[in-house]
Amino acid sequence: MEYFAELFLGGLTRGSIYALIAIGYTMVYGIIELINFAHGEIYMIGAFTALIAASVFNFLGFGQITVFLLATAVAIIYSAAYGFTIEKIAYKPLRNAHRLSPLISAIGMSIFLQNYVMLAQTSNFVRFPKLIPDFEFIEPVAHIIGSSEIVIFVVAAIVMLALTFLIKFTKTGKAMRATAQDKTMAMLIGINVDFIISITFIIGSAIAAIGGVLIAAHIGQINFYIGFVAGIKAFTAAVLGGIGSIYGAALGAFVLGWTESFATGYVSSDYEDLFAFSLLVIILIFKPEGLVGKSTAPKV
Amino acid sequence: MLKLEDINVFYGNIQALTDVNIEIYEGEIIALIGANGAGKTTTLMAISAIIPQKTGKIFFMGEDLRNRSPDQIVSLGISHVPEGRHIFPHLTVSENLDLGAFLRKDKKMIKEDMEYLYNLFPILAKRKNQKGGTLSGGEQQMLAISRALMAKPRLLLLDEPSLGLAPIIVKQIFEIIKKINKESNTTIFLVEQNANLALKVSFRGYVMENGKIIFKGPSDGLIKNKKIKSAYLGL
Repeated sequence: MEYFAELFLGGLTRGSIYALIAIGYTMVYGIIELINFAHGEIYMIGAFTALIAASVFNFLGFGQITVFLLATAVAIIYSAAYGFTIEKIAYKPLRNAHRLSPLISAIGMSIFLQNYVMLAQTSNFVRFPKLIPDFEFIEPVAHIIGSSEIVIFVVAAIVMLALTFLIKFTKTGKAMRATAQDKTMAMLIGINVDFIISITFIIGSAIAAIGGVLIAAHIGQINFYIGFVAGIKAFTAAVLGGIGSIYGAALGAFVLGWTESFATGYVSSDYEDLFAFSLLVIILIFKPEGLVGKSTAPKV
Repeated sequence: MLKLEDINVFYGNIQALTDVNIEIYEGEIIALIGANGAGKTTTLMAISAIIPQKTGKIFFMGEDLRNRSPDQIVSLGISHVPEGRHIFPHLTVSENLDLGAFLRKDKKMIKEDMEYLYNLFPILAKRKNQKGGTLSGGEQQMLAISRALMAKPRLLLLDEPSLGLAPIIVKQIFEIIKKINKESNTTIFLVEQNANLALKVSFRGYVMENGKIIFKGPSDGLIKNKKIKSAYLGL
């Protein structure tokens, strides 16, 4: 039973991280129907930025929690700026081009950012400082769950609730939904669609950065390639849940997290990806629109 | 109020509009009629800056509309009901209406205007919490017009409001168009394939063919014009 609980919580941790990245994929897809392949790199850049910022703040002698919060804030700002800039230089000029063009541009952007970080930093794994302190209150259950895992679920839950609130109740959120449903009409009622697209990239990137910092602090090391692997997994989660839907992305992320965790625990860690992607294939065969996705009916 | 001067629009190498000149005065209902593909929708899209005009000038209340984005044009007081209605399908009727007032900040007045429109179209009040995509064509057209009115426009651009609707609904909608024009002094620029109907409600009309204005004048005169009669009125 304890082993099951450990796997369940491990899956929840993975799921939370996948969800934080998958939200960015699904939001961008919802608004401009583009798979932003460079999104995983934003997550990786978030982790690297936090590493650098944390070193600086540590050097300045701040306490552990302060360093964690400040480094996360810096990572959010940097990643959001990257997301915003990528959209402006790699996707916006191609908005009226063939659908494949921005996709290829996204792949190019992803390769560029990986190589840029590799050259600017290093191709080796680097140690990531322990930003999240060990809480005393979890000591009795410390053998099945760590404090960084608790921080991961709590933060993921808060982020998802805040995002749901933003999209459901704020004016920007309404404008985002309108833009996702009908771009021309959104312009005709006075929504600045370029601004909404930028906001979408900024929010998605900021959330990915949070995921990057949390997972790096949890695992303790990063390299330039982590964004690629996590990006593919989060993309799988988004498709699994139904791309374009935020609720779907979160659901897909947790389903994927648990699948991987239980496959690792009960079968073998070698089969983790096999199970994850088999699940994707099965869902795509039997429910191509994803778990909660809407089948896109033609507009009449 | 609105003045189009020598507008030329190109889609790639194809010229969609050639030297289009249109002038609309405050308080008028102006009809633009013509066959499918004549360039009527393009004219409206050029006014709303959805397609960048290639050459020519558009003035609204003396303001040059060149280099203005679609949202800036809405904020000047031009609302556009596009062909095919373009209701946000996954938003409710009231959310659709609310978005029509996107650029307005006077919350209290927005509520009052919404009530006014629910009175004008009681069916929309009944469907308030229903998703826009579930409405019938006629209801969607009413919602599209109401949504545009939520912006409190001075000029309303209507693209084919009769398209695909039952005659009785069309009659109802045209009654409302007249009412809007009279009650709130909203100027209306109406694009229609149903020339007969459009010329009956409008003060003046323009006839478009292959991207050019070929006739213009008071609507009762155009109705009697022999060429227009045979080509557009099917008489």
